[in-house]
Amino acid sequence: MSAKTLYDKLWDSHLVQQRDDGSALIYIDLQLLHEVTSPQAFEGLRMAGRKPWRISSSLATPDHNVPTTKEERVFGVDGIADPVSKIQVTTLDDNCNEFGITEFNMKDIRQGIVHVVGPEQGATLPGMTVVCGDSHTSTHGAFGALAHGIGTSEVEHVLATQCLVQKKSRNMLVRVDGELSSWVSAKDVVLAIIGAIGTAGGTGYAIEFGGTGIQSLSMEGRMTVCNMAIEAGARVGLIAVDDTTIDYVKGRPYAPKGEHWDMAISAWKDLVSDKDAQFDEVVVLKAEDIKPQVTWGTSPEMVIAIDEAIPRAEDQTDPVKKEGYARAWKYMGLKGKTTLADITLDRVFIGSCTNSRIEDLRIAADVVKGRKVASTLKQAIVVPGSGLVKAQAEKEGLHIIFEAAGLEWREPGCSMCLAMNADKLGAGEHCASTSNRNFEGRQGFGGRTHLVSPAMAAAAAIAGHFVDVNELVKH
Amino acid sequence: MRPFTKHTGLAAPLDLANVDTDMIIPKQFLKSIKRTGFGKNLFDELRYEDEGQPDQECDGRPLRKDFILNQARYTGASVLLARQNFGCGSSREHAPWALDDYGFRSVIAPSFADIFYNNCFKNGLLPIVLEAEEIDQLFAEVTAREGAQVVVDLEAQTVTSPSGAEFTFLVDNFRKHCLLNGLDDIGLTLQEDSAIRRYEEKRMNAAPWLFLSREQ
Repeated sequence: MSAKTLYDKLWDSHLVQQRDDGSALIYIDLQLLHEVTSPQAFEGLRMAGRKPWRISSSLATPDHNVPTTKEERVFGVDGIADPVSKIQVTTLDDNCNEFGITEFNMKDIRQGIVHVVGPEQGATLPGMTVVCGDSHTSTHGAFGALAHGIGTSEVEHVLATQCLVQKKSRNMLVRVDGELSSWVSAKDVVLAIIGAIGTAGGTGYAIEFGGTGIQSLSMEGRMTVCNMAIEAGARVGLIAVDDTTIDYVKGRPYAPKGEHWDMAISAWKDLVSDKDAQFDEVVVLKAEDIKPQVTWGTSPEMVIAIDEAIPRAEDQTDPVKKEGYARAWKYMGLKGKTTLADITLDRVFIGSCTNSRIEDLRIAADVVKGRKVASTLKQAIVVPGSGLVKAQAEKEGLHIIFEAAGLEWREPGCSMCLAMNADKLGAGEHCASTSNRNFEGRQGFGGRTHLVSPAMAAAAAIAGHFVDVNELVKH
Repeated sequence: MRPFTKHTGLAAPLDLANVDTDMIIPKQFLKSIKRTGFGKNLFDELRYEDEGQPDQECDGRPLRKDFILNQARYTGASVLLARQNFGCGSSREHAPWALDDYGFRSVIAPSFADIFYNNCFKNGLLPIVLEAEEIDQLFAEVTAREGAQVVVDLEAQTVTSPSGAEFTFLVDNFRKHCLLNGLDDIGLTLQEDSAIRRYEEKRMNAAPWLFLSREQ
């Protein structure tokens, strides 16, 4: 038998039917649902008189629309001021009740961002296929699971058939060799990768991330890397299973127990690419070369290290790049600025499915401890990824550190990552954000987003502008 | 789903690379629980001067005059010419819903983001990949003459430019079949239910922990 990549193995173990035209029917083990991309799917089921194929394969929680202030959250759904958002969240509750799907609603401590909740509960397991109507579903690939985002028609398709019609992607390996420098995190690694291959570099590929720079990451860090595979154009990001994976999963509420656990871990040990497996594309980065990263423009590939000059449109030779850079310079209001430190920040956001897990919050707290947020800042908020992350952080006293430094401590949700709730940027405002997209208008109409790691966001909050966290912590 | 066979229509050239799904339909409009009504907010931030709100009437809103779809000559356009990596970003199907609701039947670009490309086929909207030089020629021809029409023939897998130049494109057989006949692919998959059940039985033996019911 020929050597297989991890992606090949996951594909083969979920193949229901191979069709002559190259498409295939793939079985789906877990579907995560949230309020934004599911209502039309449930409506479709109802209109066709169909029932979900296997209810236990679904898990739902509202995240995109939920408010994050304590005052609003004590009232549950009723605390949502925006009537349109409220209908959407209520609709998820109603649909889950009607179809018998397990939901962590707004009053449940397990509620949170789907991509934080799935792994936290052990609902996401190695070797699974995982889908969700959200492109950041690639997050779950950190567990050696085949996970990707789908549209609402496919959400309905999976509910009704437990399958998806798919075409196999090509295999790409992105290897990060060596040891990461101090204060350089998973977020810097993935931003550097996107900077190297571009936002369409992974289109048509499943990317496996490997090498010592990846293997040394915690599960939280691995999730951050896989989360942003889609920002490199790849629907799927993957990391091989090892002891770090298994230790994380063990004992979680939905993780297998007893005899099942023993069976599972012996099966999971095979979830690595074979030694001689062939990749269609291999990209290698040196961990030592990666410095703290900051995006300067309106696409995640418009990223530089903290000590680099902001690239100018006139220096670009590729006409498409030149035009894109010119547009980004204008939108971001960079005229007269040459370095990242020249940008005065208005807000700081620490949160999102990329960086709202306990490790992220610990790092940010470490940086702001005993310091004060710059007086020039309008707002700095910390939004934990789930109710359980929030509880853990409070147990460790992190909220006290944040509040003492002048950051707001919020309730869990997607929040300012895409500003579907009340947390958003005003026109022209610059934000240091630990989220995943810096598109025009993403965090609010006319808002200007700079993507960074939790450590760099925390350092920026203290300084009021971007600064190498290594420099900040020295003083 | 509405079938797509052959379409002749006015083409609008959107000369911008990496058009993301936030540009196609900004997040505030994703709060709807319906599939329709997104057309008036298609490209909302590129199209209007002000910030759009869900359920807002759009007729009186100030327009960005330089935006292509606001030019009178492109009123009624049903084919969108675009640049590389069109539809990058989120998985929101609201993006093809908005394009379809506005009146577009086809988007032609040198490359698309995967999820967006896939979502189009579920909604009777045909995404077509052509070579960069072919796209350049279409942009030039469509811009040169007002009212220039493009013919998209899915059966023949061709795009015919206003001057009569014919370009061929590739499309998956299964997707082509579904689109030509307006087929509901859930119905098609359910015809294979015995294969799905067979797979489940086999899998249940190998990995029983995947099939446990969830305690609430």
